[in-house]
Amino acid sequence: MKILVAVKRVVDFNVKVRVKADQSGVDLANVKMSMNPFDEIAIEEAVRLKEAGIATEVVVISAGPTQCQETLRTALAIGADRAILAETDAELQPLAVAKILKAVCEKEQPQLLIMGKQAIDDDSNQTGQMAAALLGWPQATFASKLTVANGEATVIREVDGGLETIALTLPAVVTTDLRLNEPRYATLPNIMKAKKKPLDVQPVAAMGIDVAPRLKTLKVTEPPKRSGGIKVADVAALVAKLKNEAKVI
Amino acid sequence: MTALVIAEHDNQSLKAATLNTVTAALACSSEVDVLVVGNAAEAVAQAAAQITGVRKVILVEADFLADQLSEPVAEQIVVLAAAYEHVLAPSTAHGKNVMPRVAAKLDVAQLTDIIKVVSTDTFERPIYAGSAIATVQTADAKKVITVRTTGFNPAAATGGAGAVEKQAAQAGAGKSRFVSRELTKSDRPELTAAKIIVSGGRGLGSGENFKKVLEPLADKLNAAIGASRAAVDAGFVTNDYQVGQTGKIVAPQLYIAVGISGAIQHLAGMKDSKVIVAINKDPDAPIFEVADYGLVGDLFEAVPELVKAL
Ligand SMILES: Cc1cc2nc3c(=O)[nH]c(=O)nc-3n(C[C@H](O)[C@H](O)[C@H](O)COP(=O)(O)OP(=O)(O)OC[C@H]3O[C@@H](n4cnc5c(N)ncnc54)[C@H](O)[C@@H]3O)c2cc1C
Repeated sequence: MKILVAVKRVVDFNVKVRVKADQSGVDLANVKMSMNPFDEIAIEEAVRLKEAGIATEVVVISAGPTQCQETLRTALAIGADRAILAETDAELQPLAVAKILKAVCEKEQPQLLIMGKQAIDDDSNQTGQMAAALLGWPQATFASKLTVANGEATVIREVDGGLETIALTLPAVVTTDLRLNEPRYATLPNIMKAKKKPLDVQPVAAMGIDVAPRLKTLKVTEPPKRSGGIKVADVAALVAKLKNEAKVI
Repeated sequence: MTALVIAEHDNQSLKAATLNTVTAALACSSEVDVLVVGNAAEAVAQAAAQITGVRKVILVEADFLADQLSEPVAEQIVVLAAAYEHVLAPSTAHGKNVMPRVAAKLDVAQLTDIIKVVSTDTFERPIYAGSAIATVQTADAKKVITVRTTGFNPAAATGGAGAVEKQAAQAGAGKSRFVSRELTKSDRPELTAAKIIVSGGRGLGSGENFKKVLEPLADKLNAAIGASRAAVDAGFVTNDYQVGQTGKIVAPQLYIAVGISGAIQHLAGMKDSKVIVAINKDPDAPIFEVADYGLVGDLFEAVPELVKAL
């Protein structure tokens, strides 16, 4: 069974992003970029399925500029077998990425497409569901446990009230939540090995897919700041403030 | 054109998030219908018809819709969407699961987590864990939206007089199958609807301490209990307690953060609370930067003392 994992290159989760003064976006100059943390979990899960003898090949794909090759190399170092870069400098929105993933799935014929439930830059939480819709595949979002057997993926999902278990007929799309696994660190020998693994660059322009953005960002602003609070000396002072000043208890 | 709101429910009761979504829908269009997709969900439809501002309720029932799996639910919405310009669902686990599927089937973009309707095609939504707010305009004729409920006041649950109209379900159970559900049972207020939330972090040290230290405080205040990711990952409490960028977004009247450092991903889920209290032994913890009232100290002393003082 082949697994395709989609990964996105995003601002590292530790970076405190700043809004640009001209409100055109956030300042990405000289900012540390990393693999979207949820996608790291997706790669880890696929590699574990391979190590368990369930998957035979793990292919990783990223859509975006040439720098995404770094992200793909990281995925290869974690244990993916080969990588595909759907290359473009154009802005890609979730629907466009889903269309790219559909085209790649039709060619690669994976049984599972795994990716993060959301990317921590645009926080959209859409691409997996959209890809599933376009492919006509079932989906399990927010996965915290994945078991594959007898042509089915059984997935425990984190939902608002607790957990839900569903079973999907393969091929299917699974999007990962934080508690699915704890991704390994790539070891130095594996980072070296990853450099020699195949990485196929395919220009998006040649795929015949309409990737034009549907959403136009008119401006990006700072959220309203909370006015600074105070420190209280003790519990009695806290209770007094909550009762008399804030009047919330 | 009219707007369609996808009701959040469990076949028995209508969830409060639907009310905030109706308010967002009314900002898009003066004519708002509600769609209830489920099974044996008549009571939900009746409740939705009472919401002030709702024109009519469409009820689509079938046994294969009982568990609200994404595939068949999306099929129902896609067909009905033909008559609407805006289709909105609350940004719940269900809304986030289904709406992108609907959007892709309609070949339109989806707008996630809107917090403001600027005009019928322009919306505000947070990005980068709420570190920035983007104003986005869609070029698509049909707008498929999930609504961050903390951005909109709830519509009045009563006062409306919408009619309930039953429609036949589109066939097609899809390729997914419901297996089981394990829901947390609690007598406390629901996290996303609570007026007061007491939230615990890694500083609590164990699930036992959540019970011993935090629960008495929540009991005293009739509060919901929340948690940081670290507390959930460590198994102190279950996943449905998590507040943050990738957990629940809350904005209660009072949020008491106990033993939580205040990582940006946690702040993303609670910084719109009206009043924030932080109890933390580290005076430099970033949570103090957003707290209205900060108490530096050991939570194991401060919280029991607070319980006594209330
Ligand atoms: C992709 C991604 C998504 C994430 N999503 C979320 C999310 O949705 N929600 C979320 O919460 N986090 C999320 N995180 C994790 C986040 O970055 C932090 O790691 C997490 O919030 C830390 O939890 P904490 O504050 O409980 O733990 P810590 O950061 O370890 O803080 C514990 C605090 O407790 C204090 N403390 C310890 N003992 C005591 C005591 N006896 N008395 C008083 N104070 C004490 C310490 O001083 C410290 O400030 C996410 C991270 C990533 C990468």
